[in-house]
Amino acid sequence: MLILKLILRNAFRHKLRTVLTIVSITIAILAFGLLRTVVSAWYAGVAASSASRLITRNAISLVFPLPISYKDKIRQISGVKTISYGNWFGGVYIEEKNFFANFAVEPSTYLDLYPEFNLTPDETKAFLHDRKGFVAGRKLADKYSWQIGSLVTLKGTIFPGNWDFVLRGIYRGKDKTIDETQFFFHWDYLNETMKKMAPRRADQVGFYMIGVTRPELAADVAVSIDSTFKNSLAETLTETEKAFQLSFVSMTEAIVTVIEIVSLIIIFIIMAVVANTMVMTTRERIGEYAVLKTLGFGGWHIAVLIFGESLLITLLGCLLGIASTFPTAHAFGESMGTFLPVFNVETKTVALDFIAALSVGLVAAVIPVRRAIGIRIADGLRRIG
Amino acid sequence: MEKTEPVVEIINIKKTYRRGPHVIPVLNDISFAIAKGEFMALMGPSGSGKSTLLNLIAGIDKADSGAIRVGGIDITTLSETELAQWRSNHVGFIFQFYNLIPVLTAFENVELPLHLTGLSAKERKDHVEMALGVVHLKERMDHYPGQLSGGEQQRVAIARAIVTDPTILVADEPTGDLDRQSAEEILGLMENLNEESGKTIIMVTHDPRAAQKAKVIRYLEKGFLSNAHP
Repeated sequence: MLILKLILRNAFRHKLRTVLTIVSITIAILAFGLLRTVVSAWYAGVAASSASRLITRNAISLVFPLPISYKDKIRQISGVKTISYGNWFGGVYIEEKNFFANFAVEPSTYLDLYPEFNLTPDETKAFLHDRKGFVAGRKLADKYSWQIGSLVTLKGTIFPGNWDFVLRGIYRGKDKTIDETQFFFHWDYLNETMKKMAPRRADQVGFYMIGVTRPELAADVAVSIDSTFKNSLAETLTETEKAFQLSFVSMTEAIVTVIEIVSLIIIFIIMAVVANTMVMTTRERIGEYAVLKTLGFGGWHIAVLIFGESLLITLLGCLLGIASTFPTAHAFGESMGTFLPVFNVETKTVALDFIAALSVGLVAAVIPVRRAIGIRIADGLRRIG
Repeated sequence: MEKTEPVVEIINIKKTYRRGPHVIPVLNDISFAIAKGEFMALMGPSGSGKSTLLNLIAGIDKADSGAIRVGGIDITTLSETELAQWRSNHVGFIFQFYNLIPVLTAFENVELPLHLTGLSAKERKDHVEMALGVVHLKERMDHYPGQLSGGEQQRVAIARAIVTDPTILVADEPTGDLDRQSAEEILGLMENLNEESGKTIIMVTHDPRAAQKAKVIRYLEKGFLSNAHP
C-alpha cells in the first residue's frame, strides 16, 4: 500500500515532466500501432485466405492466360470440389484515380467459393440473372454512392472500351478482415464481348479458383493439376490462395520491412526518452532512497519504487496511445480508400503495444535502479542539503 | 536510572577513505563505550570524522577493522540485509536536513519505519499518533513537509525516529539548519526523551549550546577521540 502510494505520488511530483513524457509515449505508441496496422493491412489478403482454396495460373506469369478448356480437366481431378475462374479486368471508374480491384468471374461458382462475401438471396438471384450485373463491396458502393440498380461504366485498360454494368448486389464481409472494396461481374459478359472485338483473346481466363474437398488435400491436388498440364502450351502453376496472395505481398516486401524497422526505431527512441526521465528522477531522489535504506528498506523496495514509477508512466502513455490509435486508424483507413481496403487495428497490434510499453518501462528503469541500489547510504545522504 | 550498562561498545575502530591513490585515515583505533540511557554529544571540527563515527555506530557505513557492539550485537559482522533489518529495529535517525519524504504527510512519514515491523494498520496508527503527540504535532499530522516550518519538520523527524522505540537515537547536527528558538525546542525534546523515556542518544554537533544539553561530551580531532576539549 505504502509502495503504491509512493509510486503514484512520485510519478506526478514533476507534473509537467511526467505529462510530457506520457505525451511522448502516447505519440510513440500511436505511431507504432499505426505502422503495425499498415503492415497488417498489407497482409490482409493473406490473412483472409482460405486453406481449402487453390489458385491456378499460367506458369510463366500471371499476365499470360489459360484456356477455358482446362476447366473440365481440372474438375475431374480427385479432391477438386468446386472450380471457378476469372480475369483481372483492370477497369477504372470515370478517371484513373478511381482505381479499385475489379474482376470478371464465373458468378455462381465464385459465390460458392467465397461464402465470406455476404449477399442477400434476392441480390444473389438478381446478380446471377443479369449478365451485365455486378456486385460491389459495401465500402466501394458507399464511396461512390452507388445503389442497387445504379448504372456504372468502367473504362477498360486491359480490355479496351467502355463497359456498362448494373449494380445488382452489395456484399458485406462476414467479418472485419474481409475486403469490402471489390467489384466483380460476369465472365461471360467479358468473353462474349471479346469474341466480337478480339476473338483471339476470347475463351481465355486469367486464373482458376479451385475449392478442394479437404484442406489437407490441397498440396496433392496442386501437384495433380500442374502435372496434368505439364508439357502443354500453357503450363500451370497451382498454389494455395495464401501463397498466391503472399506472392503479391513479396513484391513490396522491402516497404513492409522498412515500416517494421521504423516501428522498432520508434520504440527505441521512446525507450531513451523514458530512460532519460527516470535517470533525472532517480538522481533527484537519491537522497530519499538513501533515507529509505537508512530506515531499513531493502534494495528491492527501491527497485519496486523506480520500476513501478517507470511502468506507471509508460502504461498510462500506452493506454492513451492505444485509445487514440483506433479513431486515428479509422480516419487513416478511410483516407486510404481502396488502396488498403482492410485497415483494422488488430488484437495482436494492441498486444504488441502493451509488450512494447512494458519493455520500455522495464528497460528504462534498469540503469536508475542499479544506481539507486548501488549507492552507499552515507554518499546518498551527503546529496541532501 | 541505572546508566552504567554499556549499550554501545566501540572497540579499536579504524576507518580510512580512498581518494584516488591517496589513503586518508579518518578514525584511528578508537575505543569507547556509551552507557544505556546516556546522552552523548560528539564534537569536533569539520572533517574530524564525527559523522563517520556516527554512521558506523548506526550501521550505515562499514569500518575497516574493529568491532562495534550495540545491544550486544557486533554489527560489523552483519550482512547488508541483516544490517538493514537491524537498523529498522534498533536505530532512530535524526538528520540535519530532516530528510522527510516530501510526497508523504507528517503521519505517513512517521509511519514509514513501521511498515517494516509487521504491525497492523490500527497498531501503526496508534504508534504514530503517540509519537506525534510526544513532539506536539498531532494536530498537523495531515500536513506535508512543505507545509511545515523547519522546526516542525525536525519534530516530525524525531517522531519518525522514536516511533519504533529503538535502542539508540543518532542525531547528526539536528539543530544545524534551525533558528535559535526552533533549535531550543528540538534540544528540549531530545533532553526529555533522554531523561523521561531513558533513550540513549548520540548527537554530532558543532554547536556548543547544543552540546551542553548532553550529559557527556566527547571530542574528535584528526581521528582521535578525547573526553576533554582539545
